Amino acid sequence: MKDAKVIEMEEVVIRFSGDSGDGMQLTGTLFSDATALFGNDVSTFPDYPSEIRAPQGTVGGVSGFQVQFGQKHVTTPGDYAHVLVAMNPAAVKANAKFMNPGGTIIYDSDSFIEKNLKKANFITDNPFKECNLEDFSKIPVPITSLTKESLKNFDLDNKSVLRCKNMFALGLVCWMFNRPLSYIENYINDKFLKKPVIAKSNINVLHSGYNYGINMQHMTPTYIVNPAKIEDGTYRNISGNQATAWGFLAAAEKAGLKLYLGSYPITPATDILSVLSERKDLGVKTFQAEDEIAGITSAIGAAFAGCLAITTTSGPGLALKSEAIGLAVMAELPLVVVNVQRGGPSTGLPTKTEQSDLFQALYGRNGESPVVVLAASTPSDCFWYAYKAAKIALERMVPVILLTDGFLGNGSEPWRIPKIAELPEIKPRFANNAVTFKAYGRNPEILSREWAIPGKAGFEHCIGGLEKNTVGNASHDPDNHQINTEIREMKVQKVVDMIPDLKICGDNEGDILVVGWGGTYGHMISTVRELRKEGKSVSLAHFNYIKPLPKNTAEVFRKFRKIIVCELNLGQFTGYLRDKIPGFEYHQYNKIKGLPFTVNELKESVYKLLKE
Amino acid sequence: MTDLAYTINDFKSDNEVRWCPGCGDYAIMNAVQRTMAGMGIPHEKFVVVSGIGCSSRFPYYMSTYGFHTIHGRATAVASGVKIANPDLNVWVITGDGDAMAIGGNHFIHLVRRNIDVNLILFNNKIYGLTKGQYSPTSDRGIKTKTSPFGTVEDPFVPGQLVIGARGTFFARSIDSNIKLSESVLTEATKHKGTSIVEILQNCVIFNDGIHSVINDPAFRNDRQLIVEHGKPMIFGEGNSKGIIFEKGKLKVVKIGENGIAADDILVHDANDPDPSIHMSLINMQLPDFPVVFGVIRSVAAPVYDIEVETQIKEVSKNRKITCVDELFNSGNTWEVNGNEPTK
Repeated sequence: MKDAKVIEMEEVVIRFSGDSGDGMQLTGTLFSDATALFGNDVSTFPDYPSEIRAPQGTVGGVSGFQVQFGQKHVTTPGDYAHVLVAMNPAAVKANAKFMNPGGTIIYDSDSFIEKNLKKANFITDNPFKECNLEDFSKIPVPITSLTKESLKNFDLDNKSVLRCKNMFALGLVCWMFNRPLSYIENYINDKFLKKPVIAKSNINVLHSGYNYGINMQHMTPTYIVNPAKIEDGTYRNISGNQATAWGFLAAAEKAGLKLYLGSYPITPATDILSVLSERKDLGVKTFQAEDEIAGITSAIGAAFAGCLAITTTSGPGLALKSEAIGLAVMAELPLVVVNVQRGGPSTGLPTKTEQSDLFQALYGRNGESPVVVLAASTPSDCFWYAYKAAKIALERMVPVILLTDGFLGNGSEPWRIPKIAELPEIKPRFANNAVTFKAYGRNPEILSREWAIPGKAGFEHCIGGLEKNTVGNASHDPDNHQINTEIREMKVQKVVDMIPDLKICGDNEGDILVVGWGGTYGHMISTVRELRKEGKSVSLAHFNYIKPLPKNTAEVFRKFRKIIVCELNLGQFTGYLRDKIPGFEYHQYNKIKGLPFTVNELKESVYKLLKE
Repeated sequence: MTDLAYTINDFKSDNEVRWCPGCGDYAIMNAVQRTMAGMGIPHEKFVVVSGIGCSSRFPYYMSTYGFHTIHGRATAVASGVKIANPDLNVWVITGDGDAMAIGGNHFIHLVRRNIDVNLILFNNKIYGLTKGQYSPTSDRGIKTKTSPFGTVEDPFVPGQLVIGARGTFFARSIDSNIKLSESVLTEATKHKGTSIVEILQNCVIFNDGIHSVINDPAFRNDRQLIVEHGKPMIFGEGNSKGIIFEKGKLKVVKIGENGIAADDILVHDANDPDPSIHMSLINMQLPDFPVVFGVIRSVAAPVYDIEVETQIKEVSKNRKITCVDELFNSGNTWEVNGNEPTK
């Protein structure tokens, strides 16, 4: 037997792709988890269709899951795949443009028949030529027939047999990347605890795929990716939506409050509602409302009644909540609104990522209606920004909008588990003196009112959406309205003393400052690192605090010859910076395709600016 | 019950009440304050939530905790308050515009969930605060500022929505009858679940006299049937009329005529889970029938906020996760020590 080709790599990107029903999301997730347990740093990106089930075998129905892992810190799921696992011709067509030159394509040769080629709109019988993939290493594996063969003694119906195909692919890829199967076996046994035959058949096929790799190694290259060097601690894999949910759990426990979530299911935010609805054991109250408006207004009611109250949604849902956010501004109650951004406008691209709700978060309400706006930048730091959003809301009696996005929400990465005792204190502004209490009495330093919770004798008061005086009664006095409007804005600006200064990745001065915000961090930092390796004088300033902006923003900007703001919209943050931090020329790189940046295109935009 | 002795004045705020002179709201507020004073519940546990409309100014005139929210959403805000803290006694003040138009969706879902709040629906069949446009309860053909040639749509009957949403408590009163209002409100407070009390209210400015045909003292006895659970449905001058059930329908009869005796009159069963008779009572209208007042429906059913608490207790009984630290460290985790992964 010939020796297998062994390739040692720093990081590898794999894309699992197949029909929506082929189980690609599970395959990708299991591989990522097994890889993280092996000690690699990982970053994942599920890319699935919005159609519930597009016709089988068509390009519209292709579901993909990309994972990058490596021996150093991995910040993105990768631009282009080194390895594509394609379960049918449509998967090849849908993913051709995401392939790394010289990459490997493993495909189910049983599925590359005329019928399926036609469904994927191939004209000839050579799909690889049609997609300009001739120079790629292609490994045909009869996955379907080998799966059937593995299960011939199992007495399963054809449908159940075909459902195991993904395990064959997973086993093969585990062999290619030298991953142990034990984690996946445990998972399958757990999942099918009550269906031992299904568990056994899946594990059988998983091993068949792995063994196929061993037997056929003359044709399959093996990749070695050594474990990553990362900070000591206990780790787990976490998705952005789960991290967001857990951030609120931690904040509620730290603040000594019950957590209340009022929400209405919407892609890609729904997972936060699911994760928290599992937590009855921690006393969490989740209310699946009749609509987005009831989601937020019930949360406002719960905030009035003394809970850490949150509502979660995505773009169109935030639009529906606008009026109620104004009520929270006026009532000055602690409330966190999470917007897991997706492609817009209207229904837009529900399953794709975008950063185009920034203006909506900042300005999308009637009247002068200021709120604090934060943005998380990686799947795992959704935890921290959810925690911070809750802290700001509770300590300053102000609504906070937390922006994440579909890329962060669905993506995952290893997360160093914090201890609750180590997290910063959260001290809600409870009213405790009934004699001096006024509904809208304020601390002169931070301008926040106090929180007097129904049930507490002596603090009975009325709040509401009308402009009011200090005791909470409606007031139409012109001067009072001006004063209160200014106070509400100032109160948000004063949150600046709760947020850290803007940090620079790279040198504090130089030719180019690349500016980003929110979920693009991984791609931005990879870009800047690569450029700096090439000797370019480039640094990154990435924003998590949008309103208010960090105190030192202008100071940071001043030290660079040119500034380029990169965002997944037509330039909303750029416009905001032009308004709030004037006096600089802001160059722009904008992408609005429903997809994350690629490091390559970001680098190109910087090269171009360096040449100018 | 405690021996808390409150009077109506304990529930009045210092704010000047600014409804129009002669507005039906004054009488309703009076009834609400009387009811609250008699409940034996500590003052600080009352929360009054309203939306937008004339009636929604209510919380400002109460000395309790109050929340004047936004149009149509009082029901949803109140749901959040009650779920957050079931120990509170939560009231919703709303009108035919607030609850039946912009807030229709939240209204039916509140009723469907059976969250334990008391809702008072002020029905004057007009938009008062915006100065006289027709509402979803306005009668077909009504001429208003936005229907100068008359409306071409049929109204909602609030009780029908309550039944349609599987409501557990529905009562009807009229502003001028404070005694009746207080009595049905007291019943509403005793009911576990969503209590809907529709109060026919007169808007002196924009829809004056809309209910006078029902309430005219000269004909009132013939035009109103006040039902009580367990009692025969008798009404009319000298209690001469009654309701019987015949051929699947309700029918007005004269006692002593055509062989009808007092014993033949239908006895009101507010606790009947089957809503068909209740629906028929809600549907009765002039001139063929009297309009029904009192507690029409009051049935026991699981209460949302109690069920939430019960579920939390049940799940917590056998819980493996008792705090956030335990949750974070459950499932698949791995240790990194000295940069060498150990697992």
